[in-house]
Amino acid sequence: MSWAAHLPLAPILLPLAVGALLLLFDERQHKLKATISLASALYLGAAALALLEGADAAAARVYTLGGWPAPFGIVLVVDRLAALMLVLTAALGLAAIAFSTARWQRAGPRFHALAQFQLAGLNGAFLTGDLFNLFVFFELLLAASYGLALHGAGTARVRASLHYIAVNLTASLLFLVGASLLYGVAGTLNMADLAARLPALPASDRGLAEAGAAILGVALLVKAAMWPLGFWLPPTYAAASAPAAALFAILSKVGVYAVLRLWLLLFGAGGFGGELLVSGGMATLAFGIIGVLASQELSRLAGFALVVSSGTLLAAIGVGDAAVTGAALYYLAVSTLGVGAFFLLVELVERSREPGADVLAVSAAYLALDDGEGPEEEVGVAIPATMALLGLSFVCCALLLAGLPPLPGFVAKFALLAALLEPEPVPGAAWALLVLLSLSGLAALIATGRAGVRIFWPAQPRSVPRVRLLEMLPVAALLGACLALTVAAGPALRYLQDTAQALHSPRAYVESVLPPR
Amino acid sequence: MEAVLALAIGALAGSGVWLLLRPRTFQVVVGLSLVSYAVNLFIFAMGWVRGGAAPFVQAGVPVDPARFADPLPQALVLTAIVISFAMTALLLVVLLAARGLSGTDHVDGRETDA
Repeated sequence: MSWAAHLPLAPILLPLAVGALLLLFDERQHKLKATISLASALYLGAAALALLEGADAAAARVYTLGGWPAPFGIVLVVDRLAALMLVLTAALGLAAIAFSTARWQRAGPRFHALAQFQLAGLNGAFLTGDLFNLFVFFELLLAASYGLALHGAGTARVRASLHYIAVNLTASLLFLVGASLLYGVAGTLNMADLAARLPALPASDRGLAEAGAAILGVALLVKAAMWPLGFWLPPTYAAASAPAAALFAILSKVGVYAVLRLWLLLFGAGGFGGELLVSGGMATLAFGIIGVLASQELSRLAGFALVVSSGTLLAAIGVGDAAVTGAALYYLAVSTLGVGAFFLLVELVERSREPGADVLAVSAAYLALDDGEGPEEEVGVAIPATMALLGLSFVCCALLLAGLPPLPGFVAKFALLAALLEPEPVPGAAWALLVLLSLSGLAALIATGRAGVRIFWPAQPRSVPRVRLLEMLPVAALLGACLALTVAAGPALRYLQDTAQALHSPRAYVESVLPPR
Repeated sequence: MEAVLALAIGALAGSGVWLLLRPRTFQVVVGLSLVSYAVNLFIFAMGWVRGGAAPFVQAGVPVDPARFADPLPQALVLTAIVISFAMTALLLVVLLAARGLSGTDHVDGRETDA
């Protein structure tokens, strides 16, 4: 095999190796570590784009580890959805790592190694074609995320992480129960093989298989932060350091991805659990709306914006219509990039403010602005017109979250609603989702508007935060990527519609992994 | 055989869940360990439990695969044990840090009146 044939392995092996390598260097060699880490993230981006370029709508690209054919060997599967998620991961990883080099990498030890392990876990979870390896990569990305959530230490982070770790460990145990139940019934862990075998199960085993899938689903939905399983998300993400939180923006999407992939593969659209996904997604959406309106700190607002996007995605996926799924995938890309940029921006905006300036009492405990930032050390160029740039980025983020034109948040919501209202007659759930989606936009607009007025038009003159070019660039790049998604909305939506079509007819996926004998 | 194993898994999982819902961090750690033992045994049980049938291969007699335990769940259990062991160690470190920073071993970092 030529080197290019091994490309699907690179997004997993490279960050693992780089992460291990970074452990060897002394903490004082910041520059060297940052350079290696950035180079790795850049390469990941290039590899992900190459995989996306080569991803075919009709058939998935299958990489058999060690040449053992599925279902006996372990496979990596690159289809369009996996490639899309890889690109999003690389974009957020690159932005977070670049952001951290200005300042945050010095807030605690081994930031870059943890970030690389996180990327390896994320990429592995998106690429694997095997339920147990999905578990292993989940654990890898969670283990790294525990370290990243604690990065910078401080009481608030440790307290939030304690809950985060306990909840996710329990969810992982549920994952194991679900996966082993499915194995016990179907005798395989390969996703494609499961998809082929489940319909042929005798009726007596059917209930057991569905119970296993349901337990597995609970574990995945904890990660996707579906109500009532997602209470851990906003405090943890609000307490985490900015670059870690930006990376976490894709973490909850791993749960959504796994639900989308496994549900459509194992049960097909409209199959077992679809209504639950719709109602659970709408409940999550409602919870997120209330949370967005109630948050007084920007970082909590960003966390609830993530809950809103999870709810929207789960509900849209649960509808089980290929057109809706395609629009949801566009929304996924936009909201991941947008919320990631927002997490980074929040830290920049909040930097100059008195800790607790806009906090009304109760939530002061979560504020950890003054933690872990050692003596200031100028790195890079401080940029002029800081407030204007920050304000502009803030407006962009607000428009993205609220789904207003001209940014792609609008295109995403419009595409979703158009697809929802297409069938005749329009189902009741679609109307409910429409109302909730519009309300979520309104809530985001009110909350960001309120925060923006407080921050950018204060009554007393305030000190301007010192922002370096290296910190502004990642935010600008993420927002620029969103803007590019608006400009190229037509081709992007068409591409994602094809992706959704392929997901809704999983025969091609199954036949790519298990060639008919 | 099955009944004994099922009872053991149930007892472990039940007590683990109860401890998991307790307010002290150490109880949570012990609860998580107990649940993970239950889950490990559960995975093991998915590979078919049977007694009194030794997997001998005899010359001239056709091999009967029903006498062999499924090796895959055993491999899965090994992986799961290693992972849950490492995660418990990590949680213990966080627990100690939380105890040191907040001065209490309550999971919320502060005593509640209830």
